[in-house]
Amino acid sequence: MKRHLISAADLTRDDAVLILDTAEEMARVADRPIKKLPTLRGRTVCNLFFEDSTRTRISFEAAEKRLSADVINFAAKGSSVSKGESLKDTAQTLEAMGVDAVVIRHGASGAPYRLANSGWIDAPVINAGDGTHQHPTQALLDAFTMRRRLIGPDAGIGQDLSGKRITIVGDVLHSRVARSNVDLLHTLGAEVTLVAPPTLVPVGVETWPCEVSYDLDGVLPKSDAVMMLRVQRERMNAAFFPTEREYSRRYGLDGDRMARMPGHALVMHPGPMVRGMEITAEVADSGRCTAVEQVTNGVSIRMAVLYLLLGGNEPAVTNPRTEEK
Amino acid sequence: MSKILIRGAKVLGGEPQDVLIDGEFIEAVGSGLDADGAQIVEAGGKVLLPGLVDLHTHLREPGREDSETVLTGTRAAASGGYTAVFAMANTFPVADTAGVVEQVYRLGQEHGYCDVQPIGAVTVGLEGKKLAELGAMHESAAGVTVFSDDGKCVDDAVIMRRALEYVKAFGGVVAQHAQEPRLTEGAQMNEGIVSAELGLGGWPAVAEESIIARDVLLAEHVGSRVHICHLSTAGSVEIVRWAKSRGIDVTAEVTPHHLLLTDEMVRTYNPVYKVNPPLRTERDVLALREALADGTIDIVATDHAPHPHEDKDCEWGAAAMGMVGLETALSVVQHTMVDTGLLDWAGVAERMSFRPARIGGLEGHGRPISAGEPANLTLVDSAYRGEVDPAGFASRSRNTPYEGRELPGRVTHTFLRGRATVVDGKLA
Repeated sequence: MKRHLISAADLTRDDAVLILDTAEEMARVADRPIKKLPTLRGRTVCNLFFEDSTRTRISFEAAEKRLSADVINFAAKGSSVSKGESLKDTAQTLEAMGVDAVVIRHGASGAPYRLANSGWIDAPVINAGDGTHQHPTQALLDAFTMRRRLIGPDAGIGQDLSGKRITIVGDVLHSRVARSNVDLLHTLGAEVTLVAPPTLVPVGVETWPCEVSYDLDGVLPKSDAVMMLRVQRERMNAAFFPTEREYSRRYGLDGDRMARMPGHALVMHPGPMVRGMEITAEVADSGRCTAVEQVTNGVSIRMAVLYLLLGGNEPAVTNPRTEEK
Repeated sequence: MSKILIRGAKVLGGEPQDVLIDGEFIEAVGSGLDADGAQIVEAGGKVLLPGLVDLHTHLREPGREDSETVLTGTRAAASGGYTAVFAMANTFPVADTAGVVEQVYRLGQEHGYCDVQPIGAVTVGLEGKKLAELGAMHESAAGVTVFSDDGKCVDDAVIMRRALEYVKAFGGVVAQHAQEPRLTEGAQMNEGIVSAELGLGGWPAVAEESIIARDVLLAEHVGSRVHICHLSTAGSVEIVRWAKSRGIDVTAEVTPHHLLLTDEMVRTYNPVYKVNPPLRTERDVLALREALADGTIDIVATDHAPHPHEDKDCEWGAAAMGMVGLETALSVVQHTMVDTGLLDWAGVAERMSFRPARIGGLEGHGRPISAGEPANLTLVDSAYRGEVDPAGFASRSRNTPYEGRELPGRVTHTFLRGRATVVDGKLA
């Protein structure tokens, strides 16, 4: 694996499967009475968040704490950044304080890449979402959720997602989740179909390793998992679609549409959900919707990524039975 | 002023000849000219060109002297072989009054490295709403004939029409920065395969092409001439080609970077490649080269756009748009046009000196290398190959996309009205 995790496209199939397998071990830790591992004891991880994101930040923080890392949370608001300090100076200041890894969320596409590749700092960089570019740990936790549900937690070990048909629906144009998922799911052997109104599909999508469809109803019966993306209401004002109502009617997932999916197929959502827009409450609260499970899996995936980037060669999880004695 | 004899120079790339300069003028061009006490410059087969003329330079003074001044910018111009530059109007304050253009003009004259011909803003404050006093700028000591809101598009069709009409009274020309503003809101790079992957806001080719199409039709309708700044797409080439075939009085420029670099460079997220209009695709690059060769695109102009280091040493989205270009332009043109066989040196002289001077109505520059003409000359060692080292730039800014890249050609001497501004590759 590379030193940094910037893009899902940086991962080979074996890298990705290793992360998923490691996350499976981490998930088992969560079932123990004491959910903590000593793996990153004495290491300091900084969560550098230039964009508000309570969910992702808390998920990383939980993962870091379960690995016994020391955690520094840095939110740009109210910090020196709002006084005009540059990304470079902020990062160098943190490194000067002895940070061993930086988890960065930034509104500008490419900011984590710049941080990792400009010689500004030496520490490994983990991208926690940059602009409309990438959100690799989200794609990993989505793939992890799919593998657990569609293959099984134990049966899935060592496996990829070969032959699984995954449909991603919504605002692909502005979505780093969609980009990361297309890259990673393709690497893992899945067949990906994007469904969106043509206004929300980027010009240039033709080179992506996926299919594009404007017809949700046609795709649903052929899906093993359907991932709904959040659609911001403000997009309506920029003429991406006429009204919320029309969007929901054409691209939203309701109970009737869900009934057209195969019995085993999952409904996924990276959150936060806009109920009534891309997904109805009936679907969101159904047993097929994995939104909450995805949050749980996010901690395991982030533990796995942190461990693999920082933990070196020590085994992540020692045999529980021996440990418990 | 003493005499200078340039011996054995390939004039416009032709057979070696001697060129004798007396004072501000060329006294004679021929073989075996008598030195007659003149100072001798041994050209040794280097190429002699007329002093280059840049129709599109940002000198940043007044207002952004941290990135460039008239002094540092004209030193950079001389180093690159230029004897005249047209200074764009997007300074602080904007060059939209006779006072500002006269100041810039006077600074150029005082420093003496290169003539500075100010460009006046088309609209007050570059805001696209109200015509600036174009006539007053023309009648000022700066004698402005080129008007541009460069950096911004004159997007209001009525304002553009009026500007095109109005400047006819004194033979002026409007140079349009063609960028439909609504189509480029939040634009960060060329819209296409690479922007889709990188998640950067797209700057579609159609935003340039639609404005060019509108403006050539406006120019035809009101019988004016129009100049298109930094044309960057294959589609724009087709529109200009069509307009010229129809007899519309349109001229167009291309920058050196659009002749060489593509949006693939943006994959590094290094803002040194961030420029407006953005780097396009390989197909566009090839179309631009072909159009420059066949005359559809008239000239090369640098769009030299200096920015301080901190405005580029950051994330892509926060970075300023623009590249310095005066000191590398000729090398890039040699690399992309001469070494590829698309142009000979006479063709380079046409596109980097004769025609830009004619489009801008600049007297005393872009003249043939013959007896009686002003001695504005550039001597180029076309056999030279070397890596671009920004540390050696005369410009105050270093935002070049070519750092470490091997490029051919090096200006060894520049003469401004008989006075050497560059000698042996160093500023005099």
